[in-house]
Amino acid sequence: MAISRSDVAKVASLARLELSNVELDTMTRDLQGIVGFISSLDELDTSGVEPLAHPLGTQNVFREDIPTDSLSLSEALQSAPRHDGKYFLVPAVLGETGSA
Amino acid sequence: MHPGDMSACEIAGAVARGDISAFECTQAALSRIDRLNGSINAFLHIDAEGAIASARSIDSRRARGESLGPLAGVPIAIKDVLCTRNVPTTCASKMLKDFRPPYDAFVVERLRTSDAVIVGKTNMDEFAMGGSNENSAFGPVRNPWDLSRAPGGSSGGSAACVAAGMSPIALGSDTGGSIRQPAGLCGITGLKPTYGRVSRRGLIAFASSLDQVGPMARSAADCALVLETIAGHDPGDSTSLKADVPPYSRLLEESLAGVRIGRVAAHFTEGLNPEVARAVDEAFAVFRAAGATIHDIEMPHARWGVPTYYLVAPCEASSNLARYDGVHFGHRTDTAQILASHAADRTQKNNIDSDQADSTLVEMYRKSRAEGFGSEVKRRIMLGTYALSAGYYDAYYLKALKVRRLIRQDYLNAFEKVDLIGGPVSATAAFPLGEKTGDPLSMYLVDLYTVTANLAGVGGISFPCGLSASGLPLGFQLQSPALAEPLLLRAADRFQRITDWHQRRPHLEGTLQQP
Amino acid sequence: MMAAASQPTTSATTDVLSYTIVIGLEVHVQLLTRTKLFCGCSTAFGAAPNTQTCPVCLGLPGSLPVMNHEAFILAVRAAKALSCRIAEFTKWDRKHYFYPDLPKGYQISQFDLPFSSDGKLLVCDSKGRFAPRTVGIVRVHLEEDAGKSIHDESTGCADSRIDLNRTGVPLMEIVTQPDLRSPQEARAWLNELKLLLVYLKVSDCNMQEGSLRVDANINLHIPLPDGRIAKTPIVEIKNVNSFRSVERALLYEASRQWDEFNHTHAEIGSSPKQTRGWDDPAGVTRAQRHKEESSDYRYFPEPDLVPVTVSETELSLMTSAQGETPALLRSRLESQWSISAYDADVLVNQGIAFVGYFERLATILSDGKSASNWMQQDVMRMLNENTVAIESFPVRAEGLAALIAQVSSGAFDTSRARDIFSEMVKTGRSAAEVAASMGIADVGDDELMSLCRELVACNPKIVADVKGGKEQAAAGLLGQAKKKNPNVNPGKVRQLCLELIRAM
Repeated sequence: MAISRSDVAKVASLARLELSNVELDTMTRDLQGIVGFISSLDELDTSGVEPLAHPLGTQNVFREDIPTDSLSLSEALQSAPRHDGKYFLVPAVLGETGSA
Repeated sequence: MHPGDMSACEIAGAVARGDISAFECTQAALSRIDRLNGSINAFLHIDAEGAIASARSIDSRRARGESLGPLAGVPIAIKDVLCTRNVPTTCASKMLKDFRPPYDAFVVERLRTSDAVIVGKTNMDEFAMGGSNENSAFGPVRNPWDLSRAPGGSSGGSAACVAAGMSPIALGSDTGGSIRQPAGLCGITGLKPTYGRVSRRGLIAFASSLDQVGPMARSAADCALVLETIAGHDPGDSTSLKADVPPYSRLLEESLAGVRIGRVAAHFTEGLNPEVARAVDEAFAVFRAAGATIHDIEMPHARWGVPTYYLVAPCEASSNLARYDGVHFGHRTDTAQILASHAADRTQKNNIDSDQADSTLVEMYRKSRAEGFGSEVKRRIMLGTYALSAGYYDAYYLKALKVRRLIRQDYLNAFEKVDLIGGPVSATAAFPLGEKTGDPLSMYLVDLYTVTANLAGVGGISFPCGLSASGLPLGFQLQSPALAEPLLLRAADRFQRITDWHQRRPHLEGTLQQP
Repeated sequence: MMAAASQPTTSATTDVLSYTIVIGLEVHVQLLTRTKLFCGCSTAFGAAPNTQTCPVCLGLPGSLPVMNHEAFILAVRAAKALSCRIAEFTKWDRKHYFYPDLPKGYQISQFDLPFSSDGKLLVCDSKGRFAPRTVGIVRVHLEEDAGKSIHDESTGCADSRIDLNRTGVPLMEIVTQPDLRSPQEARAWLNELKLLLVYLKVSDCNMQEGSLRVDANINLHIPLPDGRIAKTPIVEIKNVNSFRSVERALLYEASRQWDEFNHTHAEIGSSPKQTRGWDDPAGVTRAQRHKEESSDYRYFPEPDLVPVTVSETELSLMTSAQGETPALLRSRLESQWSISAYDADVLVNQGIAFVGYFERLATILSDGKSASNWMQQDVMRMLNENTVAIESFPVRAEGLAALIAQVSSGAFDTSRARDIFSEMVKTGRSAAEVAASMGIADVGDDELMSLCRELVACNPKIVADVKGGKEQAAAGLLGQAKKKNPNVNPGKVRQLCLELIRAM
């Protein structure tokens, strides 16, 4: 699957990365090379093979519904680029929605 | 002996006995760091004040007859990928340049309890992505054996720190070889534990199903001491194993008689530097002489290890790094500029085509991330995002996970015939800075011998087994089944009782701090 | 199936239009756990902004999630009660999108292997306004909630404010099949779902506090003259804040889609699914800004969480303590206490505690019908008048039973009994104590006889009327009787006076 410059531009948008035109060109070249390299996986017949997402197969790890200390308000905000002492602040999210 | 040349075991013993103070050891480390860091750039943050305070506290507690932790007085450096409360934790990235976490990583908590003295945070490839420590936003690390060469990565700072004797031990992290490979290139010993053996809580995530924290030191014995301290179940990490932690440092004595070590012929391709190949085979001979038997084995899917890794890791990384958006922490671009230019747009046109133009918020995200991340990080985020995007998941990520299972099966099959797998850790000795930075793929291939252990979740250790003709360290790697760290450490330790490669030191007297 | 005409809001015509309204619902329910899904922060409502966060729910670098066992158990109970199949193996996935109230840049949710699927919930209307409707449930899965963005329109271009207290709160997402056929059914079904989840103590389903959220999907199936069925594009309605709004929004939207179809003949598939927000004050839905790429969530398995397996044994352990569902309770009450379906429905709708009170009352009285009447009329009235919940009601079932017994035995008439009950509620004292303090006492037979003789003696005209055939004239004696002795039972007085008169 060849990756085109416009594919790369769409991915950059999806990944929230601003790329200049020059960077877009370089990135396209780099990704084409890497994707080509990775395509060697197609040489392998993996029909019937189960994917391995977790290397060691642990299951059923839970914690009890017992409250623990939260961060204080100042600790929660301490790393925020902008805040007003109560809330994190971002540029106005006008008319947009997240999802769900 | 100068405290800077003592091992962690020796310092721990001496401090416990009162032969030397924690303060002396810490001072020695700090002064060496001060003298050498300018040329090597191993440290991003040196916490002299904190270290001295810890040391003094240890000394007064000892004077009062209170009991001390097993690493009391031993200086340790921590890769800047691990969170240290209120101490800068940057992952060598502009994105986290000013980040001070409000908590310690699990392993850092353990080290503090053990009374180790944390001297500072070490340089690394940005967000642990790289094999040469040239991807740091704060300058590359230089290999103490040859300052024009790379120390390997991504734990290059920790490796260089230990190699240069700035501290006897350090913590690194290993996702595709980032402990073992720099250890190999810097002539030190580095261990990647079994996945889940050490808690990842507080380890800033690169690839969650591959990352592990591990010790780096000048000997397997020191690694054992550190591993004992940091390993163990953490209910705060769902992937943490419940298995008991053996007393690794007390399990080193047993002989290697009857231990079966596998040798993979396919490792010895034309890409492997002949000096490395020779040193590796000499190491096999040492093990044979020590009573082990060497067996030919095959790892049929090993050659797809790097492509598999370079799919799985970037996919997970693209996800783990989504949180760096300039909203709640980390770098945020100058939004005043964006707002001004949007206002200018509005005065020029009557209505902005809102489907075309990014909103201020989206632009904030895009610029913050573009400014905060270096080029390798961006490449991997792009690759991961692409591979996970609609329509590509099956062909890329899912396919990679299937190959991952085949790779793991190779290990399971191999370990029915042998107890350990031996071989090279790196195809070459340390390469010159700048040699591979122009070609991402060539840099990816430095992980050739190390990625499969992460994909399979098994343990691996690397240690020096020779010097090249030009005096550069050559490394050997042992890999073990899951939770077989006692055997790994014992085998490496036995090698280090028979040989003295691990005692060689780079010549640093001529090294001057940069003006 | 025909739907009743949905009147176009602007048109004056009232044509009977034959189309089918098709509705599916997506409900998000906050689970009643003390802590969040992946960390130990409190889930209590109403805390000051950003005071219930920690590195995990803030998504700070290095943080890791650990699953709340209670959340999983509650979710399984709910799914089982919704007749869902519980998966033996389930896993967690990351759903990626960028938004300021989603600190990790992804939500931990479930994608291809949710913990439950293929269920159903029946809704009936006790007043028979629609036929019973079984709504299929596609899936129920578990995920974490996001925080809140507050946009202050009044200050123009100011910043938006983000409160992350809600991030990480456990949510159950329930997705139905498009089986509902009217806005009224949809509202009733939501009420039934809420009742069920409250009964199971899985959620308090409080839309005002945000512990239950609904998105409604609606389109129309319109039979065309050529025999084909045209389907309008599906619209997802967001921002409905009450069950009543759900009904109103769906009514509006059905009508709007009908108008639009008549103008454009646009059918499903000609454009992507549209999202419209409900504007309650204006009573309309409005199109929301269309964002293409927000739908590529790049799901993949969550590497920081391990999968969960549920065996048969574990499943029965999880669901054994859960108690009766409203549906089962209604039918049991009906048959056990010989009350009508309507009565059973009213009782069950008032909640577990109310039903419990009813059953204690009915048990003591051995009379379900009487108990049901008293519950529906007198107890309900007292609860409303005093704005108190049944759990804190000052009169226990035993006390009320004692009062009712006396009414049955004739000691008090019903209206007297109501007075006593009112006083019992006010003072918390027993029926006997209140009756005594109010001077209400059973009137002895002798006293009653002498009173009646007196009345008969003093009212010759009434006697003559009665003797002349007008028995109803005896009623005139009752007021006098009450004046002489308020404790007399009017029924008994009337009966006795008539006997005396007949004997004269």
